[in-house]
Amino acid sequence: MATPRDVETTKPDGQAPAEPEPTTQGPPSGQRPGRQGSIKLGLVGWLRWGWRTLTSMRTALILLFLFALASIPGSIYPQRGVDPGQVARYFQDNPTAAKWLDRFWLFDVFGSPWFAAIYLLLFISLAGCVLPRAMLHIKEIRRKPPAAPSKLLRLPYGEAFEGELTVEEAARRLRRKRFRVVTGPDWVAAEKGYLRETGNLLFHLALLALLFAVGAGALYGYRGNVLVVEGDGFANAVAAYDRFMPGQRVSAESLEPYSFTLKDFQASYVAAGAKQGQPIDYSAKISVQDSPTSAPRDFELKVNEPLDVNGTLTYLIGHGYAPTFKVTDGKGQVAYEGPVPCLAENQATYTSECVIKAPDAEPMQLGFLGRFLPTTVPSGEAWVSVFPGAVNPTVQIFPFGGDLGMKSGVPQSVYQLDTDGLKPLGKMSAEPKPLAVGDTLELADGAGKIQFTGVKEWISLQITYDPGRLPALLAASAAVLGLVLSLTVRRRRVWVRMRDGKVTVGGLTRTEGSGAAFSTEFAEIVTMLREE
Amino acid sequence: MPTNEGLATLSDQLILVTVLLYLVAMIGFALELAFGRARTATAVAAKRELVGAGARTGGGGGVDGGPADTASADAASTDEAEDRAEPAPAAWAVRAGVVAVVLTWIAWAGHLAGILARGLAADRWPWGNMYEFVVALCFAAVTTFLVVLVRRPIRFLGAFVTVTVALGLGFAVLFLHVQAGPVMPALHSYWIAIHVSAAIAASGLFTLAGVCGVLYLIRRDGRPSVLPVRADLERIAHSAIVIAFPIWTFAVIAGALWADRAWGRYWGWDPKEVWSFITWIVYAAYLHARATAGWRGKAAIIVSLIAFVCLLFNLVGVNIFLPGLHSYADVPQ
Repeated sequence: MATPRDVETTKPDGQAPAEPEPTTQGPPSGQRPGRQGSIKLGLVGWLRWGWRTLTSMRTALILLFLFALASIPGSIYPQRGVDPGQVARYFQDNPTAAKWLDRFWLFDVFGSPWFAAIYLLLFISLAGCVLPRAMLHIKEIRRKPPAAPSKLLRLPYGEAFEGELTVEEAARRLRRKRFRVVTGPDWVAAEKGYLRETGNLLFHLALLALLFAVGAGALYGYRGNVLVVEGDGFANAVAAYDRFMPGQRVSAESLEPYSFTLKDFQASYVAAGAKQGQPIDYSAKISVQDSPTSAPRDFELKVNEPLDVNGTLTYLIGHGYAPTFKVTDGKGQVAYEGPVPCLAENQATYTSECVIKAPDAEPMQLGFLGRFLPTTVPSGEAWVSVFPGAVNPTVQIFPFGGDLGMKSGVPQSVYQLDTDGLKPLGKMSAEPKPLAVGDTLELADGAGKIQFTGVKEWISLQITYDPGRLPALLAASAAVLGLVLSLTVRRRRVWVRMRDGKVTVGGLTRTEGSGAAFSTEFAEIVTMLREE
Repeated sequence: MPTNEGLATLSDQLILVTVLLYLVAMIGFALELAFGRARTATAVAAKRELVGAGARTGGGGGVDGGPADTASADAASTDEAEDRAEPAPAAWAVRAGVVAVVLTWIAWAGHLAGILARGLAADRWPWGNMYEFVVALCFAAVTTFLVVLVRRPIRFLGAFVTVTVALGLGFAVLFLHVQAGPVMPALHSYWIAIHVSAAIAASGLFTLAGVCGVLYLIRRDGRPSVLPVRADLERIAHSAIVIAFPIWTFAVIAGALWADRAWGRYWGWDPKEVWSFITWIVYAAYLHARATAGWRGKAAIIVSLIAFVCLLFNLVGVNIFLPGLHSYADVPQ
């Protein structure tokens, strides 16, 4: 029915009269080399056998199932392309299992060789089936409908009536119904519904096109992430990214030269009721320069509303707090001043973990762990945040002094404090008294002081350039169009024979399962032909 | 944008009433099935005659007995012969079936009102979390059944559709219910109307096909049974999937377009994406299998049921077990 491969083993309708059906499989299927043993089977024979097996319907079905099955691990194990942080955590929690899973590319399922093998085989099988079939269909479209068989009433749909109908008149009426018509001395043959096969082929070819579009997008496009604090800016260059994932054919010079500054970020939340604290809206006000020479323009970046600069898109994908601190060292010099992006450990309250490093502090380096509470309320001996908005922001500070370990040359995460060379300053409490904005904490042993100077917010952005987007959309749309055509249009034939004042009409549909609908259409055709 | 508590409560109550009505309707359908089985067979036979009549009015004798009957009719004939031998149906049983249809329509109206009230209460499209999605999916399944019922005699499916929907709604009310309210910022998009509606419509049709598929496996050919004949079940399942498959394809593509707006890529192998892709592949496999000799009938139906399980897993399993970007399910802990 709907598919290109069915003709291989199927006789459509099971009752089509001696009408030869098109075969897509090139060589005649008389010989079955596999069964006769491989004595006489040369290289060409094996290749032919392999090709026929690959392009057979059964192989395609098996490959389809494998394709689906192979995708499952990609939804179970964390994927590097989706969330590398999760993968790293998996390695930490189960090092042995992770090592083995990694050997089988289970953290990169959709980029793995075995996944590629399945879809490449599937698409080769598809191409090997669809392309010959397309050739055949082109021939078929140009061919005329076959001549009327001798006994029309033997057809699945047949009817006879008395009447004077000329061949020309019958042909004219059938043409008006948009049938393709051929006439003989006393008969008319008509056929329509070629769009079914056209749609079928369009669908499968569109899937091939979709694969190429996705591949081209991955080769010539790039993706990157960056975190920007209010007041800071970003210029689109490889060095400015926190994480940059280019396609193989992307050069650093080809990046769209735009830049912007984050002026303000606003998050609003449900203030009361059962859904208190649920986010309602995020909005980032940025000032954009489309190129280094153009004038800045204002833009409001929101979820679902990315910034588009000549096909390079900037998306708002995350946000958090960046409290600002001023660290003064034991010698009275300012060792650090500015915002510190903190990572939310709880989305409902936005309680966030902060790490402040002052490597320039003297006489010893200073490091701080901080717990940022956007809406602080006391809870027994402790303090907690009860709301994600910054209604009453405070920070609990855990100071350390010593060696931050930044000289060792090992790259360090800005979100982690390596406490190996550090010792706590003063008595470490699990619940130090939180600092409000403007408050200062004097460090023990005269090591200095830290002041909580204010609250800013940061946003995380994804920047994407994918030239395959539009071709992929066109291919997908063509696939849907083809699918609808191939599933709704029926291929059907009607013959009329006029002999001795008696008109016989016969019809058959070559589409399985559409009998009920065709019987109605056939009855209409008969009525139309009977009209005087 | 405060939530209208009155409307929200009204919606919850309407859904509860709807569940009860579906259950009562289910009993009506079941009574007709159990005690009016000849009626079922007659309906099938009458339809076949209708099919034949279209082609054969006006004489043209000697047509009968030709190779004209469809393969499905051949398969069905043995069952019909057995069913015809049964005594005439009890009139009250037929009436139970009619009452059940009327009740289903009333329940459908209550169901629709419940969805509308929920949408008005929260001032947004009423399918922003898993509870609302399941309620809407059940609505789509009933709508499909009722629309087809207007044109085709498929009342024999009523009991199975209503019981499935009542179970689905009960599951939603007991385990998934959350207060009506606003949704995450990522859902503030007109794409929710396009992508989620298409997914709901397709899922409703797939559910109908799934019900037919399960009945097909329970029903044995050649044995008397109150269940509808296999050929009918197979045909309804196939028609539903043929309509649903392009809609599902469209839903996936619309999802990709939305992902391109919201997340910066149209396809990123998020668990939800993976499982809608798997569902799509397996339904495609069903369509191919049904056209392949040796796979028709039971094998193809099993493939369609595997696909339906993938669809259900995508709906329930992915939301609960697999974290990802589609974490709007808002499932109560």
